[in-house]
Amino acid sequence: MSEHNYQPKSKFGKWFNDRLPLLTLANHLTDYPTPKNLNYWWTFGGILTFCLITQIITGLVLAMHYIAHADLAFSSVEHIMRDVNYGWLIRYIHANGASMFFLAVYIHIFRSLFYGSYKSPREIIWILGILIYLLMMAAAFMGYVLPWGQMSFWGATVITNLFSAIPLVGESITTWLWGGYSVDNPTLTRFFTLHYLIPFLILGLVVLHIWALHVPGNNNPIGIDIKKPSKDTVSFHPYIVIKDLFALLLFLILFAFFVFYSPNVLGHADNYIEANPLVTPAHIVPEWYLLPFYAILRSIPDKLMGVIAMLSAILILAALPWLDTSKIRSAVFRPLYKQFYWILVLDVLILGYVGAMPAEGLYLLVARIGTAYYFAHFLIILPILGKIEKTTPLPMSITEPILGGSLNVEPVRNNVNTQKL
Amino acid sequence: MLKFVKFFSLIIFLILSSTAISAEKSEKLLTTDWTFKGPFGKFDRASLQRGYQVYQEVCASCHSLKYMSYRNLSEEGGPQFSVQQTKAIAANFEILDGPNPEGEMFTRPARLSDKFAMPYLNDEEAKSANGGAYPPDMSVLVKARKGGADYVYSVLLGYEDPPAGVKLDDGVYYNKYMYGNKIKMPAPLSDDLVEYTDGTNATEQQMAKDIVSFLMWTAEPHLEQRHKIGFRAIIYLIILSILVYFSMKKIWSRIETEV
Repeated sequence: MSEHNYQPKSKFGKWFNDRLPLLTLANHLTDYPTPKNLNYWWTFGGILTFCLITQIITGLVLAMHYIAHADLAFSSVEHIMRDVNYGWLIRYIHANGASMFFLAVYIHIFRSLFYGSYKSPREIIWILGILIYLLMMAAAFMGYVLPWGQMSFWGATVITNLFSAIPLVGESITTWLWGGYSVDNPTLTRFFTLHYLIPFLILGLVVLHIWALHVPGNNNPIGIDIKKPSKDTVSFHPYIVIKDLFALLLFLILFAFFVFYSPNVLGHADNYIEANPLVTPAHIVPEWYLLPFYAILRSIPDKLMGVIAMLSAILILAALPWLDTSKIRSAVFRPLYKQFYWILVLDVLILGYVGAMPAEGLYLLVARIGTAYYFAHFLIILPILGKIEKTTPLPMSITEPILGGSLNVEPVRNNVNTQKL
Repeated sequence: MLKFVKFFSLIIFLILSSTAISAEKSEKLLTTDWTFKGPFGKFDRASLQRGYQVYQEVCASCHSLKYMSYRNLSEEGGPQFSVQQTKAIAANFEILDGPNPEGEMFTRPARLSDKFAMPYLNDEEAKSANGGAYPPDMSVLVKARKGGADYVYSVLLGYEDPPAGVKLDDGVYYNKYMYGNKIKMPAPLSDDLVEYTDGTNATEQQMAKDIVSFLMWTAEPHLEQRHKIGFRAIIYLIILSILVYFSMKKIWSRIETEV
C-alpha cells in the first residue's frame, strides 16, 4: 500500500476519515502506482469488473419478472421478452453478458499464463482468481437452467448426474441435490436461489482479489520487479483509468454487436423449446465456455475418472505457481515456454471444438490426445522446462531496457536470441 | 523445431475442422430475400399481414401461438393492423372465460387483451387429433430450430416423394430438410390455397415466405426496435471511443510512454 498518511483537506473530511478511512482508501486507489508498460491485455481486469456489475444489475431486474417454477419459468421468460418494457434488451444483455464475461475471463487467465502473473509473490491473487472462475462456472451453469428450455433441463440432468459417480453415496447425493428423483421443480427453485447468491460471493472474492493485487502491485509485460512509485510507474488515475475505459468501450462495441444483431448465436436453438422430461435432445451440449472441460469429461471411458479428470483440469491451475519452476515470469524472456504456451492455447481450442462434437470416432481420439496433452503441459512440461530452459537476459527496469538481469533474479545464463521489447 | 510443432498442430486442427464440416451431410437450406436480416432489417408489413392470414387459414387449426395476444397485431413493429381491424379480428374468436358469479364457465368473443385462441383444449387432445404427434406451439418456433427462418421455410417447401428404399408408415411424410427426413405433418401449402386479401398471387413460395416472416415476428416481436437501438448504441460507442482515445493520448503525452 502506498499512502497511509493521507490527510483530507476539509475539516469534515478529516473528522470523517479519522472514523472511517474511506478517503484514504479512495486516495490509495487513485494514486496506486501501476507499471507504465502495461499493454491492452491488462485492461481485462477492469472489463471483468464491468461484466460482473452488469450481470448483477440486469439479473436483479430479470429476477423481478422471472418465476422460478417448472410450469411457469419458460413462459415468464417469454413474458420478459414480449411484455416487460425493454425486457428483451435486459435479457439479451444478461444472456450474452455471460458469454462476454467468459470471453474476458479466458483472456485474463491466458494473459496471466503468458506473463507469469501467478508466480511469487502473487500466488494468492491467482488462487482467488481460480475460485472466482469456479464460481462463475457454477453461476453460469445454473443460470442456463433457469429458462427451463430443453438444453436447460437436459444440461442440468447430465451435470447433476455426474455426482452419482461418487462411490457408495453418489446416488443419495444426486437425489439430495435434485430434491427428488429427477430434475424437477425443487431443482429449479434451488438453482435460482444459488444463481442469485453466487454473484455476490464472486463480488466478495473480487474485492479480495483486488486487495491481494494491491499488496505487491501489478505484474507487467517484462515481468520484473519494479520500484514503486518510480519512473517505471504511473498513478492509476488518470493514466490507467482512461486506458481501461478506452478498452472497455471497444469491448462494449463487440458486446453490443452480439446483443443487438445476433443475440441467440451463442445459445442453443433447443433452449427455445420448453423443457420436456420425455424427449431427449439429439445432442446435449453445454454453453461454449464449458466445452473444453466437457471434452475432458467425455474423453475418459470411466464416469468417476472422467469427473475427477474434469475437476483436476481446473484445480491443477491452483497448483500452477508451484508446478512452474522457472523464476522468470514473462514468456517474453522464455523462448521455449512461449512455444509451449501457444501449443496449450491451441490444445484448449481443440478441446473446445471436440467438446461440441459427438464423442465418437476421431473426435474421441482427438479429445483423448488433447486431454493427455493438457495435463502433460502442467505436470511434466512446466516443471522440467523451468530447470532446463535457457532464458534471454532481463532488462534492469522498464524505463531502461538495458540488458543485464534484474535485482531479484539470478543472472541469466545465456545471451542468445535477445528479444526486442 | 517447436515452430514446426505449432505449425503442424495448426494444420491438423484445420484438417479436422474441415472434415468435421464436410461430414455433416445435411442438405443446404433454401432461403429467400428476407427483409428482416441484417443490421437495418425490418419486417415487410404487407408480408406479415399476409402471413397472419396464412397462419389463420392454414396453420391455426393445429398449431397454437400461445404467447401472442391479439393486441400484438396492431402494435408497432408487427403487421400493424389498425386497432379497428384488430378488434374485428379478435371478435371472430370465442374465448373460454369465467367463472361467472354463478360459478359457471362461459365463452365470449375475444378482446385485444386476450391471448390467441388455442386449437386444442390440452396437449392430449392435440396429440390424439394428430396421430400421436404434438403440433408444436409456433410462438418461438423460428428461434427453436437450427437454421432459423431458412430452416422453417425449407421444411415448408421440402416435401418430396421418398427416395427408393425408404419406407414410410401411414401418416408419415418425406421431407428433404426435416431432421431425420420424416415428418407427420402433411404438406401444408399448395398454390392458391389461400386467397390473399391484397390480391398477391398465392404461390407456394409466396405463402411460405409470408408465414415464415410472420413467425419470425412472433418469435422476435421487438426485432425492429432492437435493430434501431442497436445501430444508435454502436454509433454512440464508436464516437465515444474516438473521443476517449484522443483524451487518452493527451493524458499519456505527459509521460514518455506509448499507449
